[in-house]
Amino acid sequence: MSALAHHLIEDLFDPNLPQKPTRDGYGLGIVDAAKLDPRVVVLCADLTESTRNLDFKNQFPDRFVQMGVHEQLLAALGAGMALAGKIPFITSYAMFCPGRAWEQVRTNICLNNVNVKIIGSHAGVSVGPDGATHQAIEDIAITRVIPNMTVIAPCDMIEARKATIAISKMIGPCYVRFAREKSPVFTTKKTPFEIGKAEIFREGKDVAIIACGPLLYNALKAAEELMKDGMDVMVINSHTIKPLDEKTILQAAKKCGAIVTVEEHQIAGGLGGAIAEYLAKTYPTPIEFIGVQNRFGESGSPQELIEHFGMGVESIKKAVKKVLRRK
Amino acid sequence: MPHLHDAKIKELELIANKLRQHVIEMVAEAKSGHQGGPLGMADVFAVLYFHILHHDPKNPEWEERDRLILSNGHICPVRYAAMAEAGYFPIKELMTLRKFSSRLQGHPERMRLPGTETTSGPLGSGLGQAVGLAYAARMDKKDWRTYCLTSDGEHEAGLHWEAVLFAGKNKLDNLVCVVDRNHIQIDGDTEQIMPLEPLREKYEAFNWHVIECNGNDIRDVALAFDTAKTIHEKPICIIAHTIPGRGVSYMENNYLWHSQPFKPGQAEQAIEELRVIEQKLKAEHQI
Repeated sequence: MSALAHHLIEDLFDPNLPQKPTRDGYGLGIVDAAKLDPRVVVLCADLTESTRNLDFKNQFPDRFVQMGVHEQLLAALGAGMALAGKIPFITSYAMFCPGRAWEQVRTNICLNNVNVKIIGSHAGVSVGPDGATHQAIEDIAITRVIPNMTVIAPCDMIEARKATIAISKMIGPCYVRFAREKSPVFTTKKTPFEIGKAEIFREGKDVAIIACGPLLYNALKAAEELMKDGMDVMVINSHTIKPLDEKTILQAAKKCGAIVTVEEHQIAGGLGGAIAEYLAKTYPTPIEFIGVQNRFGESGSPQELIEHFGMGVESIKKAVKKVLRRK
Repeated sequence: MPHLHDAKIKELELIANKLRQHVIEMVAEAKSGHQGGPLGMADVFAVLYFHILHHDPKNPEWEERDRLILSNGHICPVRYAAMAEAGYFPIKELMTLRKFSSRLQGHPERMRLPGTETTSGPLGSGLGQAVGLAYAARMDKKDWRTYCLTSDGEHEAGLHWEAVLFAGKNKLDNLVCVVDRNHIQIDGDTEQIMPLEPLREKYEAFNWHVIECNGNDIRDVALAFDTAKTIHEKPICIIAHTIPGRGVSYMENNYLWHSQPFKPGQAEQAIEELRVIEQKLKAEHQI
């Protein structure tokens, strides 16, 4: 019997798996959310197509607000609309919101505790040719540090759609990061998604890889290949970085005794940091961290950059072997 | 336009004086906080809370209320004083300003004190939120209006002008931005620190309707707000020319009183001066 969760796509490692960017999932999810709740509005900072707001704009023109290149206003005005009872989705590239608008996100949205949904597209180095200026690899850190905030990084287009609908139904500030580049679509309609609930995508007992975002697919590939070397690796989708699913993470730490975290983000302050903070006080466990190591991104193809910054399948396999030796 | 009769004017003048006395007592008790701005804006607050705003102090979440956003949150002592006088909470609570576990934080917090509408203090971010409220109100065809009080100093923040641009584009005539034009900021004269003039022309260039008034003249302030209600197709900016520290001789027009602790005897002197004005007002109006 396969160690893989039954709800994932069949032929998970088929090289011809369909590929879509997670931002496409947002584009579908926001239309779904708008149909479910008339209070949903979209605020867009001059990036209608690339943040995948075009369908929403066409279907709900009266609920679409063109902000221009006003990212700080995007956050402040979103807070104001939420105070009037709307559910604003404020959308830009992650670098600019929450990046540029951090203080407004912190004070106008989170200290105010208003129901604003922050949509950060183009997160990670996989933005590719645009280079370091547009590659947000600090966004998880700067959002998860703020009280009242929920932080989510969906692993594929289908999960991104589910996450978009789910945040429209929860009350409170949320940040969801999406990717520009296409990535394998490997979850299905049946794959469970609940905010704050990590899912075990692959059972194992030697090491637990805990990942978020599209790199989760690399983690599954690494686990599959390591099986051939006799290693039994668990893979967990921790799509919600805050609040962390502490129960699932503690169980994995106890069962496997070693952890590798994987994220397309700076190692400092990201998912790995959150897990380390939690386990250090509850169940100290050896951890290796896959992510960007205190550097800025640069131009290149998405795949080149993922490899260059040490987030490819081989890097994950190395980290698993290394953490095994530390057990 | 409703005519403000003399009896109402004198009532509002006395309320403004009362607010000023509260401000001095609160800041003295807290041993920190701001005096210059709150004293300068006391007349505007008296007019808003006791003449202009549609609100219900016993039901601060009443959906049809006008929204008052205080962008320059640091002048909150005068807002708290106006709210207490209006009946939002007991007047004795004013003495908890800036103290541990008080609802009256050093800068206002929505989650702690109902009726403050939003959390504010970081300069330049109030108008953006006010614009969001006004835009949402228009989407829902609501009649309530949004008022945003700003300092002149905070007009140096880029975010504020993002909001000015947006409101002008969208012709938000249910929005009023009041500028407390008192010419002071922490480090000195606004025109020395970072000149704002010509301020009226700046707003007009951004498609706003501008009304200027003497912000320390009740009749003039009331006229400005009443006139604002008659303007269509443009957001309204009221430039209220005020005297910082108004009513206290040693504070008036002295930028150092933006905020500084009282020395012994100063608060008592301020209260004494304000009581003299109060008596004079009462005598003039034969109350």
